[in-house]
Amino acid sequence: MSTTDVMQLSPDVLVTGGKTMTDINQDVAAPLERFPSGKWWAAFGVAILAFLIGATLAANMFMQGLGVLGLNQPNGWGVFIVNFVFWIGIGHAGTLISAILFLFRQKWRTAINRAAEAMTIFAVMTALIFPVIHTGRPWYAAIWLLPYPNQRQLWVNFRSPLLWDVFAVSTYFTISAVFWFVGLIPDLASIRDRAKNPIRKFIYTILSLGWRGSNKNWSHYEMAYLILAGLSTPLVLSVHTIVSFDFAVSLVPGWHTTIFPPYFVAGAIFSGFAMVVTLMVITRELFGLKNYITLNHLEKMNKIIMATGMMVGYAYACEFFIAWYSGSPFERFAFINRAFGPYWWAYWIMAGCNVFIPQVFWFKKARRSIPIMFVVSLFVNIGMWFERFVITVTSLHREFLPSMWRYYVPTWSDWGITLGSFGFFFIFFLLFCRILPAIAMAEVKGVLDLNSEAKEAGHGHH
Amino acid sequence: MATTENTVNERPLAGVIGYFDQPSQLIDAMTEVRKANYQCFDAYTPFPVHGMDAAQGLKRSPLPYVTLVAGVLGCTFAFSFEYWTSAVDWPLIVGGKPFNSWPAFVPIMFELTVLFGGLATVGAMFALNRLPNMKRKIFDPEITRDRFALAIEVPPAAVAQYKKFDVAEATEFLNKLGATGVRTVYAEGWF
Repeated sequence: MSTTDVMQLSPDVLVTGGKTMTDINQDVAAPLERFPSGKWWAAFGVAILAFLIGATLAANMFMQGLGVLGLNQPNGWGVFIVNFVFWIGIGHAGTLISAILFLFRQKWRTAINRAAEAMTIFAVMTALIFPVIHTGRPWYAAIWLLPYPNQRQLWVNFRSPLLWDVFAVSTYFTISAVFWFVGLIPDLASIRDRAKNPIRKFIYTILSLGWRGSNKNWSHYEMAYLILAGLSTPLVLSVHTIVSFDFAVSLVPGWHTTIFPPYFVAGAIFSGFAMVVTLMVITRELFGLKNYITLNHLEKMNKIIMATGMMVGYAYACEFFIAWYSGSPFERFAFINRAFGPYWWAYWIMAGCNVFIPQVFWFKKARRSIPIMFVVSLFVNIGMWFERFVITVTSLHREFLPSMWRYYVPTWSDWGITLGSFGFFFIFFLLFCRILPAIAMAEVKGVLDLNSEAKEAGHGHH
Repeated sequence: MATTENTVNERPLAGVIGYFDQPSQLIDAMTEVRKANYQCFDAYTPFPVHGMDAAQGLKRSPLPYVTLVAGVLGCTFAFSFEYWTSAVDWPLIVGGKPFNSWPAFVPIMFELTVLFGGLATVGAMFALNRLPNMKRKIFDPEITRDRFALAIEVPPAAVAQYKKFDVAEATEFLNKLGATGVRTVYAEGWF
């Protein structure tokens, strides 16, 4: 396929405003080279405050014990596992954009992949807090799951989904971070070469490893990038599959279903794209990147949100069908109880936010309206948080015997630590916007060249 | 400041560099440089220019083989370790399953395949690209911004066999190909 064919297939202009390559460097590097604005400091201050609230409550929890949380019998899993699944899911959109859309040659991904990958890494870091602190003894939990010969010479249980999770999430974090850094190298070199301040120059010289854009280097670099994309694609699908195994491999009605792996992956991409839209709408506004993250890009993401939203809607319906079709009274009860039991409100918040609200994206006007997409993306984030709440809590709160039925109410500690996790995430994201190029400059230059070459000569190299 | 001497401030001569406006011109020039039997030459571009590998006569990167070997090693290591801990070192019945309950080992085998494969690929990429390298310096800070350069480089003494490097001749050759701002460059370090 020649470049002209590609142009005909995707006629959208990827970068608007007639930008040159010099403009790209100028615009993307600008936020890195000026003193942060008042808005940034305000946002950073709020993030730090939120984190400190969470950290204080977590410290209190370590001293007092897990009793400060809303957990009870039979609700052994609560808001912490909800947050873990929520944050891991957020990360999935970043890998989808950086790896899967790369393999499908979706050129529009270049505008958003850097920030989305950053979001992935920070979201996974945030998620990892919860399995560690939910034990109440984080200094043990951090190492107990690692397979090392401990003092009793007992090994970890490799048949447990919780251990699969340790390997899946840590591999996911490592590979995503490496993939992200490899993508950053040419852009860090760009920042290095325009740096005036010697300290800045020194730092970016170290970070860019001595990259100088030689084609012999690009040749290996592109191959490595392709391979990492190829490895990340099954990896990202495996991660939420394995997270879903934490539930599906158990025998609890409402959890023990084969639809969980694809359902969790679709939901993860759905929630992740909503978070990308939330973050990109703010980032392009604050850092003047509207010519790079255009309405066309946002519209494409909104289409993915609607498509994946309908996939999770299908999964909700399918679960009910299978519960009925299974003939198991416990399964049937679990699902009727889920939608019409004491937690009916959580179920319908979930269904409303995830299935009904994204339907506005059938209208082009809604897909291209910044206020509408921003509000919808927030609703989707809320809806997906409630999805995990519904899955976790409604399946646990009514055990097989009515003597084991108990309502679960999260306490202030639960909510405060959840707030703290948002603070933790945004501290990293805000620092990222100041320190690293938020747009993959080298990749955007590549598609800029594609546009101009096709316009001028009508021929190109594949 | 161009000079034809072989060292400036005791820095050795690195070669001759010239610039082109369009990537397509750079590819054409690269084809000519390759035909002219120079031994060491390279393009310096702000983004990977497609078609350059063929023009430069670069072979396909061997990285996929590294990934394959490392991935197979990761997978094998994961299974061996899981088998050894579960069935040999401390056999323990969990959930009534056999000691070697291999289907339960598959998720971690997959994860370690990806982990080993990915890390080895990046490690090999750095090794092949001689990165990190703080000793050499970019020839022109504008290359990482928007300039397309072609450098005919002085071959290392030990392997200089096909053609003797001649600054004047290389300069003239680049000029003839339509390069602008042709000049000699010297090896430099950041530190």
